[in-house]
Amino acid sequence: MKCHHCDSQATVHLTQIINGQMHKMDLCESCAQEKGVTSPDNLSIGSLLDDQPKMDASTASMTCESCGTTHQDFKKGGRLGCEACYHVFRPVLEPLLDGMHAGINHLGKVPTRSAGKKTVQDDEDALRKALQKAVEEENYEKAAELRDRLKKLHTQSSPTA
Amino acid sequence: MFHDLFFSKAKGRAPKPCPIALSTRVRLARNLREFPFPGRAQSGQKKAVLSKCMEALEKVKNLKTSTSVELDELSELDKQILVERHLISLELSQSDESGGLVLSDDRSCSVMVNEEDHLRIQVLSNGLNFDKVWKLADSLDSGIESSLDYAFDSQLGFLTACPTNLGTGMRASVMMHLPGLVMSKNMDKVINAVNHLGIAVRGLFGEGSDASGSIFQISNQQTLGESESAILERLQDTLENIVHQEKMAREKLMEDDGLRLVDKICRAIGTLKHSHLIQSSEAMDHLSLIRLAADFEFLPEKFRALADRMFIEVQPGHVQLSAGKPIEPGERDRLRADTLRKEFLRIPQLNLDAQVD
Repeated sequence: MKCHHCDSQATVHLTQIINGQMHKMDLCESCAQEKGVTSPDNLSIGSLLDDQPKMDASTASMTCESCGTTHQDFKKGGRLGCEACYHVFRPVLEPLLDGMHAGINHLGKVPTRSAGKKTVQDDEDALRKALQKAVEEENYEKAAELRDRLKKLHTQSSPTA
Repeated sequence: MFHDLFFSKAKGRAPKPCPIALSTRVRLARNLREFPFPGRAQSGQKKAVLSKCMEALEKVKNLKTSTSVELDELSELDKQILVERHLISLELSQSDESGGLVLSDDRSCSVMVNEEDHLRIQVLSNGLNFDKVWKLADSLDSGIESSLDYAFDSQLGFLTACPTNLGTGMRASVMMHLPGLVMSKNMDKVINAVNHLGIAVRGLFGEGSDASGSIFQISNQQTLGESESAILERLQDTLENIVHQEKMAREKLMEDDGLRLVDKICRAIGTLKHSHLIQSSEAMDHLSLIRLAADFEFLPEKFRALADRMFIEVQPGHVQLSAGKPIEPGERDRLRADTLRKEFLRIPQLNLDAQVD
């Protein structure tokens, strides 16, 4: 989203209610300061700005190896580069999707050619989640078993790899 | 010559223009599994996507009688005209390479290749008709999918370059003519109310365009977390509500100050009949009042169809198309006024008998 006043990326999103009508404005950091919306006198807006999620080091360095899209690229342009990006950026994407859509699970049409692959993907996701849980619980025996099952699944789904 | 496509009439009978809801559109975003999305793809990959998609589209039943073009082959003016007719997006018209378009002869189906996503499948129809439009888009999509592998995830659905299109990849929209809500200054309220329902309101040419002629594009904002039919049902309910609000606003305008409304319409007719220089946005605002007069039966129905045709023909690209060459804005204003004077030369007096005291 672009700043209302210049072409920079908007980072401050302002909603004002004037005479019962909602007005929205998107500003970049410097225009916001110029307009005084970051003024410490204005407590409500100040607290809003503090609530903005900050990028932590682990997500800042994320890069999709398949197409080269970085987390910065995604933040700047709002677009992902390829199918693999959806796996790489999943942790930052899921909270965004929650606010953007009616839900985070697809309930619509399923392509017929992907029907077979769907089960594999489902298994993979379930196994990954179980693996993560096993690691968190320090159940390494189970984790090793799950890791082997995941590996096996990969060789099955991509025989040429 | 691609120009011929614009001069020839669409096959089949011309659709009857409808009051309030002008047209319905469903657009599906799809990507191929093994290629980066167009924004990240290398030149060679884009070319490969274009040829794969064009090959697949040739086999689709609904596109048996259609025209295929690569965007590189088109002049800037051709592209502008396609944008003004809502047959390609502004984004595709500006794409640097390997953009493609397949357009069915009746112009109800168009498929864009290498826009923001590899495939943008679009079906258009007049009036408010989601049922018919979705069925056709669905079958077109299935036809294409029978020879291409789509990027799809069981949780997230169809994967798209922008996460705002994720899931169904479906954007359903209706073009609405809402002069009553605009004149009674209720449009902001409507926009706020529908935004809360996950529904977006934009101008005639989509994102960032203004609402000249009181024409608005109303569409679903959310694409994930609901089935296509649930999205369409919700949108349909909202649109019916807007139609109802618009009708009430028109009635109220007529009741409260009918004379002022009639005066506005007559001044619009005066301008269209007599001006010698006119910009497209001014022309559209006057055409909107002609359309409204036809809805009130002040003018015969054929003037609704004329207003709809003129909404497109007053656009900058179309003025240049009828001139046969690219021309400067000032000269365009003159040509636009010439056309409008000719078209509205024989417009009758308003028939006010039944409506105003």
